Amino acid sequence: MKDITMTENLSAADPVVADAPIKIRAEKVNVHYSDKQALFDVSVDLLEKQVTSLIGPSGCGKSTFLRCLNRMNDVVEGCRVSGGLHINGLDINAPSTDVVELRRRVGMVFQKPNPFPKSIYDNVAYGIRIHKLATNKADIDQMVEESLKRVGLFDEVADRLQSPGTGLSGGQQQRLCIARAIAVQPEVLLMDEPCSALDPIATARIEGLIDELRNNYTIVIVTHSMQQAARVSNYTAFFHLGVIEEFGETDQVFTNPTEERTRAYITGRFG
Amino acid sequence: MTDIPNKTPTTGVQGSNSALRNAKRRQRAERRFRFYGFAGVVFALGCLAILLTSLTARGVTAITHSKIQLEILFDETVIDPNGTRDEDEMSRADYQGLVKSALRELFPDANSRRDKKALYKLVSSQAGLSLRDMVLQDPSIIGEKRAIWLIAGDDVDVFRKQTSANTGSLKKKQVSWVRDLEAEGLIENQFNSQFFLSGDSREPEMAGILGAVMGSFLTLLVCFVASFPVGVLAAVYLEEFAPKNKISHIIEVNINNLAAVPSIVFGLLGLALLLNVFGLPRSAPVVGGLVLALMTLPTIIIATRAALKAVPPSIREAAYGLGASPMQVTFHHVVPLSMPGILTGSIIGMSQALGETAPLLLIGMVAFIVDIPTSFVDPATTLPVQIFIWADSPERGFMEKTAAAILVLLAFLLCMNLLAVILRKKFERKY
Repeated sequence: MKDITMTENLSAADPVVADAPIKIRAEKVNVHYSDKQALFDVSVDLLEKQVTSLIGPSGCGKSTFLRCLNRMNDVVEGCRVSGGLHINGLDINAPSTDVVELRRRVGMVFQKPNPFPKSIYDNVAYGIRIHKLATNKADIDQMVEESLKRVGLFDEVADRLQSPGTGLSGGQQQRLCIARAIAVQPEVLLMDEPCSALDPIATARIEGLIDELRNNYTIVIVTHSMQQAARVSNYTAFFHLGVIEEFGETDQVFTNPTEERTRAYITGRFG
Repeated sequence: MTDIPNKTPTTGVQGSNSALRNAKRRQRAERRFRFYGFAGVVFALGCLAILLTSLTARGVTAITHSKIQLEILFDETVIDPNGTRDEDEMSRADYQGLVKSALRELFPDANSRRDKKALYKLVSSQAGLSLRDMVLQDPSIIGEKRAIWLIAGDDVDVFRKQTSANTGSLKKKQVSWVRDLEAEGLIENQFNSQFFLSGDSREPEMAGILGAVMGSFLTLLVCFVASFPVGVLAAVYLEEFAPKNKISHIIEVNINNLAAVPSIVFGLLGLALLLNVFGLPRSAPVVGGLVLALMTLPTIIIATRAALKAVPPSIREAAYGLGASPMQVTFHHVVPLSMPGILTGSIIGMSQALGETAPLLLIGMVAFIVDIPTSFVDPATTLPVQIFIWADSPERGFMEKTAAAILVLLAFLLCMNLLAVILRKKFERKY
């Protein structure tokens, strides 16, 4: 992976000091849905190969922010995004940015497992095919197998790759979706409450998976579970009413938050 | 359906009397409601059964028709007086005359002009055509005498099929001749291939359904080719790509209104535009198909949009999240998933088009056409129009033809609906 190529001078206010380079930089991001503003001047730096969790009460804008990072808000009617969003120095919102390539680099896993109603194999191979990452069958086979192995699904489904992906259990489906996302070799993985539809055992597997994936990908995860945020992330951003109230290393945010509201939220007294 | 056990414990939780009364009233209302629903279903099924039985009872007799066996002498002096074996000359000969002389030979008692005329009516006035075909196919039979089954006249056929003692339009003499033929086994019911293999005719016994079937088929083909791609693409654009603003809203309202426009108006449009401005041929399947396509378009668009809407947004999100372009999302995921709905809607639209008469009357497809159409610009008629024409004809022989044609039309519809079900099953996928 290339080094960052940030050119602007940064104001001293925000960045968290760390040795990891900055992967995604958000500066004064504002998002409007028709006449309602969802995000107010959100500025944050997300570091490379780190897991950042976004927490906060419902409707606080965490998912909105997450969807800004791969322009999934484009398809939402009446949604306007302004402010600076850069990934490796590339302006995400610039008209010249190819949204197809952007979404290949910034993969996404959704709240509800949403495999395509195709075979397990085709689910994973679809992204490879549309981005032409491999064209001959043997290469695709290998990439599919690799991706499935990465998420620990290959052994479970090796003998039924051609059966429908929708026939798997919820946890398996979600891992299939993660395999589908990493098959196109993204740099960033966005996860929008990936475990909220899963039972505790499947949740534990996904969390273990995130732990392994952090070595190769920058991961941003939205979660409603404090414990999950504490378990899987290095950095935590606390959103409230469309602004980031607090951002810092997870240990610090959870043990010694600077904001009173953060303390109230993570201890369950509010939210 | 009505006897679902409906007992409620009358003791226990329902302590007070008013609660008990309430529960009883509620259960009565439930039973009543279920009975109304069931009665509605029974009534609808009963009507359908009555319709089908009456149609079948009338139409099923058209499967057979009466044929009379005559000893035909292929007289060379009549067929080919010059002995040239020239096809042109042979096809112009008076074959009906051969039939007539065979009849006279069989019943020598018919001497007066009136009797002879009545006698000739026993056999179809077109029976000579089949003799001509035989001769043209094999000229070596000229000069021979052969026993040949010929199609009986329509009055004879109607008389033999009816169950009452009424002689219909047959005269006393004719009835006795028919009885004589029956006694000698020279008249019998045979499978009516004529009905399934020939075009329309003024003579009920010669009229067939194939011309109308072919016309309907060609017309529907044009209709499908014109309306399916246009309708599906229009719906996909409106649903997936068009911005949701005033203009697209107005278009949507107008499409819905178009679906409610009386079909005869589309016929007028076809007459004014396709025939008068573009100069397309009258009575041709291509014009009929285009007019019906106009009529079918709104149905297809509405059905397709509903099917596209039913695809869960999570599938779209998954594809977008992988970096699929809007076109890839639409054609790799959304359209294949909505295929069952699209096909069902389209086939329902085509079924409507199949049964449509009014717009076709205006573009001249109501004409009397004997030849079976083989191309899109041949004059043709369609099944419902054929039914209309036959039902309008005074000859009694057309009555069973009408019912039989309706049965054929219903069979067509049944096949199309079956196709819809099969396609639906084939494309259906769980998500």
